[in-house]
Amino acid sequence: MDVMSDVIKVGIADLASARHPGRLRTAGLGSCVGVALYDRRKKIGGLAHIMLPDSRQARGPIKLAKYADTAIPELVRQMEALGALRHDVVAKLAGGAQMFEHVSSDALKIGERNVEAVRAVLHLIGIPIVAEAVGGRVGRTVELDLEDGMYYVRTAQSEAQKL
Amino acid sequence: MFDDHLTHWEEDVLKEIGNIGAAHAATSLSRLLGERIDMEVPSARLLDFSEIAEEVGEDHLYVATFLEFGGDVKGSFVWLTEPFSARQLLWALFQDRTLSGSDEESSNAFSELELSALQEIGNILAGSYLSALADLTGLSLYPRVPGIVFDMGMAVVTYGLLEAGHYGEHAVVIDAHLTSRDARYGGRFFLLPDPHSFRVLYHALGVYANGRDE
Repeated sequence: MDVMSDVIKVGIADLASARHPGRLRTAGLGSCVGVALYDRRKKIGGLAHIMLPDSRQARGPIKLAKYADTAIPELVRQMEALGALRHDVVAKLAGGAQMFEHVSSDALKIGERNVEAVRAVLHLIGIPIVAEAVGGRVGRTVELDLEDGMYYVRTAQSEAQKL
Repeated sequence: MFDDHLTHWEEDVLKEIGNIGAAHAATSLSRLLGERIDMEVPSARLLDFSEIAEEVGEDHLYVATFLEFGGDVKGSFVWLTEPFSARQLLWALFQDRTLSGSDEESSNAFSELELSALQEIGNILAGSYLSALADLTGLSLYPRVPGIVFDMGMAVVTYGLLEAGHYGEHAVVIDAHLTSRDARYGGRFFLLPDPHSFRVLYHALGVYANGRDE
């Protein structure tokens, strides 16, 4: 991955959208899910680092980027504002791991629940998932290349996988 | 409790918790290693989720022990050790290169057996930390079963933020750095109490009586 190119960093419970060239990057996905959306025709992309599945569980002010059900519509809205067309947008997912076996029941399945929630929301708004690297016990760092929509998924023990 | 700042009293109390907990854990580690372990003065801060990457490195790898605790106070305990330090620990404890790896290159992977040994050390350190905290506060704290990975610190620490994530975008982090005299060992403890546990902690230690009018 080229550090010299224009990389926009996306933090935990955060999202960003941009048009080409450049890359969107988010690091340290464990149970969180990195949702990459991309309009290949317009070369407009978006990346969200989603932490929790459902904003209805919030016990405080809702930050849209944190929840699957609010982050994805917000990302689509931002991309449309940049000129993306929803029916040209596809999704790639990474993350949603279960890194520890023995954490309490709620936290135990949070990775899986995040992935399920992301899939459900994408299905609802009609954006197809074209690639996934989810589950397992590993942390992941991802980059979306805005030039071609390639999604690079790296783990601690492996070279970047190209989705 | 869900405010966006800590009062001086709250910060002092949480620092003291970190101080006593981490000092006990450092003593345990020192006994295991037969070597003096120094501890920096712990910090207690409200950390924004966006700052976590800076704290532990974007995708920096650690041998990371994660453990939840329940009881009167709930939350998570994380022990982050650099891979080099983890090797040193294995070597110091077992005096056996077959367990601690024979060459430096192997430091980018740990066997199940090695991780299991390190997890046991993590369990001992967490136990020391939490029992010191229980003694200090008179509260009950029950450590749960630990887990260990050699992976991105950020991916691990995030598990300890999930509960706080329901309330906002920041969490109280009580953070203590440890090093051995010869700098062969370096590591770090994080205590991440769940948001509803602060009131219990503060009451147990008399903060509201002295510090903040409610």
